[in-house]
Formats: sequence, structure tokens, C-alpha cells
Amino acid sequence: MLATLFKFKGGVKPASHKDESTLAPIARAPLPPRLVVPLRQSAGGTPQPLVTAGQKVFKGERIGAPEGNFSAAIHAPTSGIVLGVESHMLPHPSGLSAPCVVIEPDGEERWIERVPVNYATESPDALRDLLRDSGVVGLGGATFPSHLKLKPGTAGRIGTLIVNGAECEPWITCDDLLMRERAGEIVHGIAILRHIASADRVLIGIEDNKPQAIAAMRAASAQATGVEVVPVPTRYPAGGEKQLIRVLTGIEIPYGRFGTEFGVQCFNVGTAWSVHRAIEKGEPLVSRIVTLTGNVERPGNFEVSIGTPIDELLKLVAPRADTDRYIMGGPMMGFTLPRTDLPLTKAANCILAASPALIPHPGPEMPCIRCGACTRACPAELQPHELYWFARAKNFGKAQEYGIFDCIECGCCAYVCPSNIRLVDYYRFAKSSMRTLEREKAAADAARERFEFRNQREEREKTEKAARLAAKTAASRQAIADGEKPAAAQAPPVTDSAPALPQLDETKRALIAAAFARTQAQKDSVQPKNTDNLTPEKQAEIREIEARRAQVREMAKTPPEEPV
Amino acid sequence: MLTALFVMAGIAVVLGAMLGFASVRFKVKGDPLVDKIDAILPQTQCGQCGFPGCKPYAQAIAKGEAEINQCPPGGEEGIRKLADLLGKEFKPLSAEHGTEKPKQVAFIDEAACIGCTLCTQACPVDAIVGAAKQMHTIVAPLCTGCELCVPPCPVDCIAMVPVPETVETWKWKYPVIPIKVKETA
Repeated sequence: MLATLFKFKGGVKPASHKDESTLAPIARAPLPPRLVVPLRQSAGGTPQPLVTAGQKVFKGERIGAPEGNFSAAIHAPTSGIVLGVESHMLPHPSGLSAPCVVIEPDGEERWIERVPVNYATESPDALRDLLRDSGVVGLGGATFPSHLKLKPGTAGRIGTLIVNGAECEPWITCDDLLMRERAGEIVHGIAILRHIASADRVLIGIEDNKPQAIAAMRAASAQATGVEVVPVPTRYPAGGEKQLIRVLTGIEIPYGRFGTEFGVQCFNVGTAWSVHRAIEKGEPLVSRIVTLTGNVERPGNFEVSIGTPIDELLKLVAPRADTDRYIMGGPMMGFTLPRTDLPLTKAANCILAASPALIPHPGPEMPCIRCGACTRACPAELQPHELYWFARAKNFGKAQEYGIFDCIECGCCAYVCPSNIRLVDYYRFAKSSMRTLEREKAAADAARERFEFRNQREEREKTEKAARLAAKTAASRQAIADGEKPAAAQAPPVTDSAPALPQLDETKRALIAAAFARTQAQKDSVQPKNTDNLTPEKQAEIREIEARRAQVREMAKTPPEEPV
Repeated sequence: MLTALFVMAGIAVVLGAMLGFASVRFKVKGDPLVDKIDAILPQTQCGQCGFPGCKPYAQAIAKGEAEINQCPPGGEEGIRKLADLLGKEFKPLSAEHGTEKPKQVAFIDEAACIGCTLCTQACPVDAIVGAAKQMHTIVAPLCTGCELCVPPCPVDCIAMVPVPETVETWKWKYPVIPIKVKETA
């Protein structure tokens, strides 16, 4: 038994509202007439589509190939016909569109050939690749590819594996129900994760307001050694990855670093469950448990195929008439969906129907009075009111100095703010602006480098060309010096630049003379045209002109006088 | 009296030697101000400022030969940053140098391209791939949107297309408080 639990500072205790959706067991949501599967469902790149319109796919067939090693594959959630790969609006706060594979289910749910793998005989590397190709990502909400989290870090290996069953956000109960009903499968998944990470011990953190889940997990993991179910005090955000790691191990992970570097890594129970399905059943991640709750008649948890339109799901729970918005995620960290005909993604743990009575809109924003309530509530030990000033003034450098990137956007500060300031909105604005600026700066630096390289290259090409020309001239001079001296005296120059000639060296004069000789030869080879059948007057005129030309030539042949 | 003079002169010589040594030993290569200005400029290398690239413009600003409001891609924000850095007054973008546009990249209509290589020669950042009498294409992530490749094209097959916002590049907007008008009966 763990002797002591560590604590994180701050946090809040909002009304949990968990009981509404835990009365009914997990139900299977029916297949919708159309599934829209976004290709980008994890951090990292967008997978490339592997299917085309009209193609028949089986359930679990790969439809999106992971781009590089930083994203996870996407699979067909059911068998059917691909209607197309088209742009579709995503359940994302931006309301932007991205490529999605649209599938019309045939209702037969025919699986591809499922190959169960005995994890104990496989190497961790092979298992990690298998997880990537099975599309396993963190189901806690961040959808970070699990195979990347399992990479051994600088610390060598992951000593402690944390399994996150805290589920601290109000209203959401999908992990709770999953632990109650499928604890055995979760424990199987944990064993696989433990094998890959070669972890000594496993700590399963569950908030103490879920006694049934704790009991079920304890029963399922009774045989396993080194696995411990630890009830943690109920306080939002105990289920935040950093907070849970701190509560269970006392380790603090700074921004931008992986837990692996500190010998600890954290996985959601839903992720563990999908790891079990991916490895031991050969079923890629094609469905997840979603809580549908809030202002609805029949709240509950459903196992939903990825890509099911959210409005189809809402029909199952019958939202009440005064519902004015739908929130994806919980009331603390979720965002209002721009529309409801959007596909459900791997990130969606909860769809919350909100009414002004149930989840009131925050009142009008008032000036910050520097009461310090946010500082006391901040679980990341930041000073939210300072960050608010800097973010509001777009003083990003200062905001970074005050650790804005350590903010987990849990919403505790906004929850306690007596002035109803939407603090998290300011932080999100500041963070994304800073990321954009950084990206632009990197692009500008790259452009500068390319521009300078190009200039250098042009300079180099110019000097190389000059060197080539010089070499050529030297070679021809050498040839002249070596013998075949053209008769320089025979064709003295005619031009005005002639006075400068005596200063030139012998070879140069020879070169010029050779050029003149060439021109002369060319001129001589040309026969005068239209000389037949001319009138005597014309012939006389021509003779006169020829005489004049000859005279000029004679004049030019006399050596030029030296300028005085 | 004489001793005092010698002592003071001696100190002056020693200090002068130290300063002289320091100026040689710790000589700053290049102009740090130019680099600072260059870091603010967007590196589009478009030449709209009248200088052949961002660095020459930065040098001109540092020398006081150019105004700070000649860079349309940098926009108002760029001018503000330059004004801050140089302690000058903010000026609106000079109209004769162009107008601020949203970020765009060049796009070659590959069916119309005759492979003349004129655009490759014009591109300041080597973002165009292609060879003589072969189709050319823009490497979009490298394109700075300078538009320098557009005029040389003899078949007008290059168009500037705005860069669309994607889920990856989208950023949260500055929070604004919506004002609602309450209707009175």
C-alpha cells in the first residue's frame, strides 16, 4: 500500500453531476446511415487517405496511413462503401474543415482478418509499431499517439506506469463505466503497456467518488503483482496528467518534457482498453465510449463508432427543448460545438447538452480586482491574474516569463473568478499567437538562409564563370605564343581605339589582328549582289562609291599618329 | 607637481592601451543593429521596399537612408516593431511601396507551363523546382509569397493564392465580449 499521497496545489470542487449518466450500462450506439471519419485525429501529421470513392472496405481496414512516425493510422469503423474523401467540418473550436473519409455502412459489420498477438513474445518495438498501425491514441482527450509516449526516454526506461482513471471533470463518466464493466480488459491492456515500457510498478489512480470502479479494478488486478489501485481525493483537476503524476509519485513534469524523461508515464484507462483490443484481439481503434449527458431525457454512456455524426447520437438521449448549445468535453475544459452534424472523433469523451439553467452562461466580464482567487485555485502554481494582464496586453514575452506554457487550461481560475473573466480564453489566445509567431519566425529564418545561400551560389557561379573565361583566354594566348602567329601587320586596326594599341602587349595585338583577319576573310567571301543589267549611270555611281571606299581604306592603312 | 603629472599621464597611457586592446580583442563583427532590424523584417525578399532583399533594406534603415514604413509584407505590426527598436515615430505604410496583403503563395498552372526557367531565376529563395523545357512547380512551404516570379512568366501561368487556414495553423482569437442589445417593449 502506498504510504502517502502527494498533493497538488489549488484545484476546485465543482458539483460532479456524475450520477445522471451512471445509472444505465454502456449501450452500443446504432450505426448511422453515413460515417464521416476525419483523417487527422491525433497530434502529428495528417494521415494520407488509402481509399478512393466506390471502394468497399471492411471493418477495421486501414483507410489512412500514418504520416511518418508521429501520427497514428485511421481505420474504417464498419464495413461498407467509401462514398468519397472530402472536406468536412471538424468538431474543433475553429469550425474549420479537413479531409474526411465518408463511408456508407452496409450493416454487416464484417471485420478484416483479425490477428491476435501474444504480446509476451513480441519485442517492445514491434508492439509500438503495431499500436501506431492500429491507430491507438490517448483517449483522455489529447489524442497523443500512444506509441510515442512509450518510447524509452533519456532516463532509459519507464519505471512507473500511471493509469489515469481519475476522470475529474464534472458530468463525464465514460471512464467510470468502462472500469466498472470492462476492468478485466483494461487490466490486460495495462499488462501490455507495462511489458512495452518494462515498468516495475503500475499505479491506477481513481478519484474516490467512484467506489464501484475502484472495487472492480481492484478485483481485476488482484492477481497482478506490482499493480496498485490508488483512490485519490476528489478535486478537480486531479485527472490532469501532470497533477495525477504529482499526486501519485511526487514527480513534477515541466512544460515541453515527456514523463518518460523522469521515468514515469501516464495512460488513460480508455487507452489501456484499446491497447488490449489492438494487440490481443487484433481490433484497431474504431470505436470509443462517449458520455451523452446534460440537459437530456436519457443520459448515458455509449460505445460509438468513430465518425458517427453527433446529431445522430443526440437522438438516442433526447435533448430537452431548452438546450441552447452542445459542449464537446466537460464544462470546465470543453468547447461549444459550432454545429451538431459533425463527426465524433477519438478525442470526444463527452457530449454535454447545456441549457442556461443547467450550465449558466458566465455573466458580463468585469475588471480584475486582483483578489488572488485564481492564484489560490491554479493547480499549476502560476499567477493567472498576471498572465491575464500580459495576454490581454499581448505582451507575450512577459507571459512566457510567467510560465504561460505551463498552464494546462483546466479552467479553475475562470471558475473562481468573481469578475467572470474568461481567463482561459486569454491564455489560449496568447499561446496560439505565440506558436504562430514562432512558426513564422522559423519560416522567416529559413527563407533568410535560403536567400543568403542563393546569393552566395550566384556569386560563386559568377566567379567560376570568370575563371573559366580567363582560362580559355589564357589557352588561346598560349596557342598563339606557341607558333601560328597570324600576320599582324597585314591588317592593322581601323577603329578609333587604335591609339591605345601600341601599349598592348604582343599577344593581345596578335589576337586582335587575328580577329580582324577573320572579319576580312568573311567580308571578302561575300559577293556583291544585283550587279547585272545595270544602267551606265548606276554603274558609274557604283564605281565612284567603290573608289571612295578604297580611298578611305588607304587612309586607314597609314599608321595612326601618336596623340600628343 | 611633476610626479602627479607623470602619474596621471602614466594612468592615461595604461588605460588607453587597455581600451585599444579591448577594441581590437572584442571587436563586434558586422552591425548588430542591422541584424536586429533584419530579424524583424519578414524575409519575403520581395524587393517592394526598393532594395534587393531584406538585408539590404535593413542596412539602409540602420544607416538612416530608408524609412521604416517601406515593407508591405511586414505590415503595420512590422513598422511598430521597427519604430520600437529604433525609437522612431510610427508611420503608416507608405502607399508607393504597396499594400499589406494576407499571406499567399505562388501557384503554377502546370498544364500551361512551358518550362522557360524564368521564374526559377527570379525566385529569391529557390522555392521553384523545374528544368529547361520541363514543367515547373512551386514548393509551397518554402514560398514566401514575394510575387517576383509572376511578371517574368511569358505565358502568365503563375497565380498567387492565399494560404488557407487549417486546423494546425488556426489560432484562438482575441477574446471579445459580445454586446447584446436588449430590446425594450
